[in-house]
Amino acid sequence: MQKLVVIGAGMASGRVLEHLFETDPTAYEITLFNAEPRGNYNRIMLSPVLSGEKSYEDIVTHDEAWYTDNQVTCRFGEKVVAIDRARKVVVGEKGEVPYDKLIVATGSVPFIVPVEGRDLPGVIAYRDLDDTNIMIERSAKPGAKAVVIGGGLLGLEAAAGLRLRGMDVTVVHLAGHLMERQLDEAAGYLLKKDLERRGIAVLTKASTQKILGTSHVEGVELADGTVIEAELVVMAVGIRPSVQLAKEAGLEVGRAITVDATMRTSDSDIYAVGECVEFEGTLFGLVAPLYEQAKVVAKSLLDEEERFSVKELSTKLKVTGCDLFSAGDFAESEGREEIVLRDPAKGVYRRLVLEGDRLVGAVMYGDTSDSNWFFDLMKNRTPVSEMRETLIFGQAYQGGSPLDPMAAVAALPDDAEICGCNGVCKGKITGTITEKGLTSLDDVRAHTKASSSCGTCTGLVEQLMALTLGDSFNPNAVKPMCGCTDLGHGDVRRLIKAKELKSIPEVMQELEWKTSCGCAKCRPALNYYLVADWPGEYVDDKQSRFINERVHANIQKDGTYSVVPRMWGGMTSAKELRAIADVVEKFDIPSVKCTGGARIDMLGVKKEDLPAVWADLNAAGMVSGAAYGKALRTVKSCVGSDWCRFGTQDSTGLGIRIEKFMWGSWTPGKVKMAVSGCPRNCAEATCKDVGVICTEAGYEIHFAGAAGLDIKGTEVLTQVATEDEAFEVIVALVQLYREQGHYLERMYKWLKRVGMDSIKAAIVDDLDKRRHYFDRFAYSQTFYRKDPWAERASGAVAAHEFRPMADLSSFKEAAE
Amino acid sequence: MTSAKSWHRIGQLTDIPKLGARCVLTPFGRLAVFRTADDEVYAIEDRCPHKGGPLSQGIVHDTSVTCPLHNMVISLKSGKVLGPDEGAVRAFSVRIDPETSAIELSLTEASAEAPYPVAAE
Ligand code: SRM
Ligand SMILES: Cc1cc2nc3c(=O)[nH]c(=O)nc-3n(C[C@H](O)[C@H](O)[C@H](O)COP(=O)(O)OP(=O)(O)OC[C@H]3O[C@@H](n4cnc5c(N)ncnc54)[C@H](O)[C@@H]3O)c2cc1C
Ligand code: SF4
Ligand code: FES
Repeated sequence: MQKLVVIGAGMASGRVLEHLFETDPTAYEITLFNAEPRGNYNRIMLSPVLSGEKSYEDIVTHDEAWYTDNQVTCRFGEKVVAIDRARKVVVGEKGEVPYDKLIVATGSVPFIVPVEGRDLPGVIAYRDLDDTNIMIERSAKPGAKAVVIGGGLLGLEAAAGLRLRGMDVTVVHLAGHLMERQLDEAAGYLLKKDLERRGIAVLTKASTQKILGTSHVEGVELADGTVIEAELVVMAVGIRPSVQLAKEAGLEVGRAITVDATMRTSDSDIYAVGECVEFEGTLFGLVAPLYEQAKVVAKSLLDEEERFSVKELSTKLKVTGCDLFSAGDFAESEGREEIVLRDPAKGVYRRLVLEGDRLVGAVMYGDTSDSNWFFDLMKNRTPVSEMRETLIFGQAYQGGSPLDPMAAVAALPDDAEICGCNGVCKGKITGTITEKGLTSLDDVRAHTKASSSCGTCTGLVEQLMALTLGDSFNPNAVKPMCGCTDLGHGDVRRLIKAKELKSIPEVMQELEWKTSCGCAKCRPALNYYLVADWPGEYVDDKQSRFINERVHANIQKDGTYSVVPRMWGGMTSAKELRAIADVVEKFDIPSVKCTGGARIDMLGVKKEDLPAVWADLNAAGMVSGAAYGKALRTVKSCVGSDWCRFGTQDSTGLGIRIEKFMWGSWTPGKVKMAVSGCPRNCAEATCKDVGVICTEAGYEIHFAGAAGLDIKGTEVLTQVATEDEAFEVIVALVQLYREQGHYLERMYKWLKRVGMDSIKAAIVDDLDKRRHYFDRFAYSQTFYRKDPWAERASGAVAAHEFRPMADLSSFKEAAE
Repeated sequence: MTSAKSWHRIGQLTDIPKLGARCVLTPFGRLAVFRTADDEVYAIEDRCPHKGGPLSQGIVHDTSVTCPLHNMVISLKSGKVLGPDEGAVRAFSVRIDPETSAIELSLTEASAEAPYPVAAE
């Protein structure tokens, strides 16, 4: 196998390796040097790490397992000090490595302004994780002050991050306006205003004279004599390609290492990639062209033909809330015209620069919604004279052919990131759909991970599917429950009732399941439908329940469990608290925490201890809080008329009454409730599945709120005069939901599907119907209102769950 | 049956619920022993290759288990992760004594080609 040595584990070389392994993982034996004591991470995401929006772990692109799997020999924390081209070896600080092919990917080093005091502790650049960590550390001191020298992309991201961490920040910028290389004066002005509104001081036309301090930085002095106090100075004035190694090795170096279109240097066995490269006189400082280069290097290494060329670039600033975009060349010059749109009230500014009938530059501030479209017109050199009149208003205003809602998505470049959580770009999604012949959203999620985390990009992913699959994709078609059947949840529920199917094997038989015993998706759903539809007849199938519902505790990431007992309506007592304290000590439970649901969570309980923990809690009168279940969770309440000077009704009492009646019931999705004693709403009833707001006149009953993945305020179902009526309406409402909801469909989604009218018709308008639902719930409760903990603590149910079957740990012969 | 030395009796078939699992402690960590709907038994390491989730706590379907932490699906026969994800855990040989219905476990790994469920010997 040929030996490939890579110097620098940065953004560019990381991509080279990925492409290489995708095509031919066995082509090279690879050694990877990195001066930083770590492997590849997403350097551009240091800004969100600084601002606290992400953690370092989130931005690691290649972890240890990746290097191991791909058999890369890692020499992290070791700098390469020389390249001996005659002997074809690379000299690292800890020894030599021979190469057949070599990649120089040393990136660049920050430029440090050569002023007095630049070496003082507390003066740093902004390039790597260590710099970021120093900034985070310094910002921890209350009232600490920072100066950022440089008002370009990097400097402003540093300033915004430090400000978000509470520092007092001043940006010192030499030019007349911020980001002068990307923005024109007007946009620079709007940006300055925006930053000032966030509490960041901005000084333009300000030249740094010296950095003050004796043993540590104390401030910055400007040319005009102004002194700004600071314990931290961040220099972000520019970068210099790291070329020393290449130069000393005798490679051809201009402003950076010169390469040809196949990314070879003047030595044909040596490639260079990234910010350390110069191609046709151009240097690079953004990742998009580096990724292109990386593709070319990987191909060249495998002797495939591919050529790099310089493309149009666009810039965005990664400061949450500052929407700006710039691309192309927007300098004024002869033969150019410009179109400008301003909306001062909204802080919107757009400027387009035309040359002939082409768009050559665009600057946008405040509203960047059409940026992709403009960028495309520019890249494709589309003639724009016909739409000149309305061009500035964006794509939606272009008459003629009817507006295609998909156009915006279609126009996105292949490397546009669609799924932020998993870093999946458009090309990957459309490519995988075609390559693997995917037709459902679930498949796309499984293969690409796109929209499988927070789900906010689901809409975009569906649009991409529609684009790629054309008419054959129909998002509104009935979604089968899972791969085991073609029937949707609604059909299955109806058929269970109509055919009186009373066990999972019966359902699978009668409804022609395609698998022998279902899967982890359909079995829990079927089990719920049968539990809800045939109380007293159906025997709960524990093996079809997710572990939490099977053992009545929440599994934790290390395989231990958490235990949350009920606190009726949020009330507790000395006796309960004492029992909790005793349990925590007796079983050595590592964490005790107040939950977001206003009760107490004991975390880190060993599975074998669960029955004994429950027995002790039972002895003090406590039962399972079902914090694990698609079931009634909490009923939060406020102190209400018992104590509060504004309380209108007994909100605590109603909360307790509801919880005591409804606990133990299983529901399609979790059900959280709250009762507030007046419209001040201290129990946050208006974001719950069911909420009550008490008023002098009675009870306002709300439902279908949520505050998790989606935040949704409740809708008002009705208003009633007495507590008994309120109680009856709530119970009936939940029963209707139990009978109609699809498994995992929370109340607000159920409402969206069936509509308010049908719910009101059953629960509000028709008293008989309401009573019917109420009675059915009450009947069901005679079977389910039982403490699952007590059943298990006594050893009567599922005893096998809590003990290992056998202990062979003393047998030695097995050892490998 | 092979030599008594390499097989350990760990319990009865009925100790494990159908489509369920139990754990066995061994010198190299916890194993999960599964029983399928057809009364086959399989043993694999009780540590998901993703983030170490206890596979014995997952939902069993056919000859696979879905990890309780993040839903990877693992083959009970080979220990390999199924579907688009990658990874594997070690699989071990288990068999059922046809006379007594006792489950026996061997602490040497099952070979990948001949996954061991010796339900019907
Ligand atoms: C313990 C607790 C966090 C805390 O430390 O405070 C918690 C912990 C978990 N939540 Fe939560 N949620 C907790 C209150 C909340 C709240 C606040 C509330 O209840 O008022 C919300 C937002 C309100 C809401 O649901 O609308 C909340 C929205 C979620 C969601 C998003 C649900 C949604 O439909 O959007 C999930 C994910 C899910 O259910 O699929 C979730 C899931 C989880 C799970 C069960 C994750 C899991 O599957 O393992 C966590 C279990 C940890 C454990 O073992 O204890 N948790 N979770 C809170 C327990 C409350 C309780 O006493 O029962
Ligand atoms: C905070 C921040 C935010 C940014 N935001 C964006 C953005 O939003 N969009 C964008 O397009 N770009 C952004 N950039 C720029 C982008 O990160 C760089 O263009 C990119 O990282 C350059 O990649 P590279 O592989 O050439 O160099 P690097 O990623 O810097 O990697 C070079 C590696 O080589 C190592 N090295 C150097 N010399 C040696 C040696 N002699 N021996 C061993 N190892 C050596 C270095 O330690 C380094 O780890 C940002 C940069 C920073 C710092
Ligand atoms: S928000 Fe809820 S689900 Fe997310 S980590 Fe916290 S407890 Fe877990
Ligand atoms: S630990 Fe098993 S899927 Fe994550």
